[in-house]
Amino acid sequence: MMGWAGRPILRLEDPALVRGQGHFTADLPARFRVRFVRSVVAAGRIVRIMPPDGATVFTIADLAGVKPIRPMLHKFGYIPIEQPVLADGIVRYVGDPVAVVVADSDAAAEDIADQVEVEIIAAAPVTNARDAAAPGAPLVRAEVPGNIVVEAAIETAGHRLAISRTHRVVACSVRSNRQNASPLEPRAAHAAFDPASWRVTLTATTQTPHMMRTVIADLLGIREADLRVIAPDVGGGFGQKMSLAPEFVVLVWLARHLRTSVAWTEDRRENLMASFHARDMDLSVTGAFDAGAKLIALTGEVLANVGAYAPYPNTAAVEPLMSLAELPGPYDVAEYACRVRGAVTNTCSSAPYRGVARPALTLAMERLMDKAAREFGIEPWDIRRRNLVTRFPYVSASGLTYDPGTYLETMERALSMADAPSFRARQAVARAAGRYLGIGLSTFCERTGYGSPAFAARGMDVTPGWETVRIAMDPSGAVEARIGASPHGQGLETALAQIIADELGVTPEAIRVIHGDTDDTPYGWGTFASRSLVIAGGASLLAARKVRRKLLAIAATMLEADAADIMLDDGAARIVGTDRTIPIATLARASYHQAHRFEVEPGLAESATYDPAGTFSNACHLAIVEVDVETCAVSIERFIVAEDAGRLINPMIVDGQIRGGVAQGIANALLEEVVYTDAGDPLSTSFADFLLPTVREIPRIEIAHLQTSATPSITAAKGLGEGGAIGAPAAVMNAINDALAPFGAEIDEMPATPARIHAALREAG
Amino acid sequence: MKLTLDINGATYRIEVEARHTLADAIRQECGLTGTHVGCEHGICGACTVIVGGEAVRSCLMFAVQAEGQPIRTVEGLAPPGGFHPLQTAFMAHHGLQCGFCTPGFLMLAASVLERDPHASDAALRDSLSANLCRCTGYQGIIDAVLAAARAMRSKGG
Repeated sequence: MMGWAGRPILRLEDPALVRGQGHFTADLPARFRVRFVRSVVAAGRIVRIMPPDGATVFTIADLAGVKPIRPMLHKFGYIPIEQPVLADGIVRYVGDPVAVVVADSDAAAEDIADQVEVEIIAAAPVTNARDAAAPGAPLVRAEVPGNIVVEAAIETAGHRLAISRTHRVVACSVRSNRQNASPLEPRAAHAAFDPASWRVTLTATTQTPHMMRTVIADLLGIREADLRVIAPDVGGGFGQKMSLAPEFVVLVWLARHLRTSVAWTEDRRENLMASFHARDMDLSVTGAFDAGAKLIALTGEVLANVGAYAPYPNTAAVEPLMSLAELPGPYDVAEYACRVRGAVTNTCSSAPYRGVARPALTLAMERLMDKAAREFGIEPWDIRRRNLVTRFPYVSASGLTYDPGTYLETMERALSMADAPSFRARQAVARAAGRYLGIGLSTFCERTGYGSPAFAARGMDVTPGWETVRIAMDPSGAVEARIGASPHGQGLETALAQIIADELGVTPEAIRVIHGDTDDTPYGWGTFASRSLVIAGGASLLAARKVRRKLLAIAATMLEADAADIMLDDGAARIVGTDRTIPIATLARASYHQAHRFEVEPGLAESATYDPAGTFSNACHLAIVEVDVETCAVSIERFIVAEDAGRLINPMIVDGQIRGGVAQGIANALLEEVVYTDAGDPLSTSFADFLLPTVREIPRIEIAHLQTSATPSITAAKGLGEGGAIGAPAAVMNAINDALAPFGAEIDEMPATPARIHAALREAG
Repeated sequence: MKLTLDINGATYRIEVEARHTLADAIRQECGLTGTHVGCEHGICGACTVIVGGEAVRSCLMFAVQAEGQPIRTVEGLAPPGGFHPLQTAFMAHHGLQCGFCTPGFLMLAASVLERDPHASDAALRDSLSANLCRCTGYQGIIDAVLAAARAMRSKGG
């Protein structure tokens, strides 16, 4: 029979979830409920905190001895910035936790929190990166000169000379406004103290349970063995649940201090103003082209607003450094210079969100290519044909090695699906009738599945990367795979079961994938950065091969045959070409209960670790939009994705990842924006203000797959979790600009809200 | 205050403050945690349940307002051990990823189809714009609901 990998089998996760039988953090009962008192001013000094009489309220004075969160980067002049788990005399953004209330119910805790008087002497806040980086700006933190927490630069040897000799220089400045990942499940934590073992079990909305255990134990000064972290079903993360929430540390401290169980669930307002934000970036890029529209030299300047604090483990440098390494994207350019900076401000901290900086980088590069195409008088696809990387492996100007991909081929596929030439004819007819259609391309590559060398190159104190998987077949023949990755909606249990099933000759249903419990899984880094299928999948394959070798050895003895002549399939070991079989369950029983008969070690439990260099996926997104120049509303007529993520393990799950990412990308381009006033007050504190897309705004997304098999990934699968969100914004923005071309209007700031489009049209006259 | 809720045909005698929402009562007092709370201000629809035949956002209704009316939650959508056609279709069409919004979408779609089994595809799609999903991009949800509607009609529902 054909293998399980490659088939769109239904997800093993789903039966419980559709019945409402999932286990989410907020479902757990607790003795006490917890509410955080948060700063209502963006900057200032706390004079005093006065709780109402009889209330149980803790401040940082009570938590003396708990260390501040201080992720570190040993490169690029990074200045470490500390975050006490509750404000220590100073508040730095609206939402900064200053005290914690413990009460019998959520309602009682909220009532008390409202009565806690926090007296603050307000200072002048700095809320955007341009102001923060300006000479003479007030310092957000005394230890960060000029408010610049990280500054890095690269310049290839021939960059200046190349620019002086080129035919045409095209410049482009774009702005990506601030985003919130907005998983539908808000952040929550439940900490329970066990008097018998003196241990605390923290159940929390996290993508990284093992890393949380390490850092929380460090901050509290306790042994890791005294803390267990569980990530149960987690209702989406998109990066926001990767970083350490200071609230988690407080919850564990409370459980230990009160010797009982405590629970906290944030409300949506807290999530929107005080979880983690992302993508608040200004980028200027300049392309120097030769007469044939070939990019010879690229210059970039990136300024990111990293907010008030540094997220653990990535630090406040994650968006600037991603920009430095990956700005050139899918384009062949030999000469490259770029400066990136991160500015601290009195706003919520910026942290990884699906795509990390690359939606904004891709916007900058794709707008640059479209502007250049217009100056050269050629089509957007023509300039890309002259500039996309086509020879592999390719070493980028920033030193990254791109493994084989289909950068040009995916674009050609998208163009043929859209029938681009005939679109131009249709566009002309529509324009004559007063309707403004536009076509937009976004070509990009996506670094995925990267192991510890990539993180080490950033100089991170914490260097994630590898994953371990432990696979055990029990005496009944059932399989348990324990993984350090921590899926939260991606369907990884199903995909890993498919990989393992092919090695062990059993069905995916016979395999239980266990994750998200530090007591029950090997140490690992969790799920983020489009890594889990590649890395945990690779480790699953390696561990399954070890179990397979033992099964074959046992079968060889029991069938009196050579192991090389035996295949495992359909629940049985079979001598190839014969009808002599033995059930795998019989082999499993024998491996434990008749171990003396075999030369292999007793039992069928094996472990493997995988730490790959990484691989690049690639894709072309193509949007066709219509802009109503009266209302300035944008509707998306078609959205096409032609992508290459190597071998597809479960095509249904792959398409789901692409569609979900594209939906977030479309919202990034059209709807979602975290807005602060100059005083640092957040205006986007509900879903009526921060606009998630609905069924109405997201079109049917057409998908084509190319599958490059030559990849360093041992499963031949590349990662693809972030690509949808990376590529979609630029495709939509380019399409809007194409639609507005007859007016001479351009819009390079996203989201392209009706107000911004209206302003662009007015400015163009 | 004391009140009695009829949820999925079972009787729950609970004591809550008048200000307590139906969502909190269902989850915390009655222990039915399949109903999820995503925004608490009536936008996301994760907490959708059916009260007296109508889909409602249980975060916008006080528990006391639901007394005396039959309440249905995701736990009561299918007979024990079975699946409702909508649940089957959500699995078959990849209508969920993290599963947090799913109970709300299921109850929303169930109420729409119960009221009008012959609702047009456009009307069904329109009704689904009431709720938010952050994972799927909606296509799997639309496909699932349209498929379930066809399956339910062909069964003579």
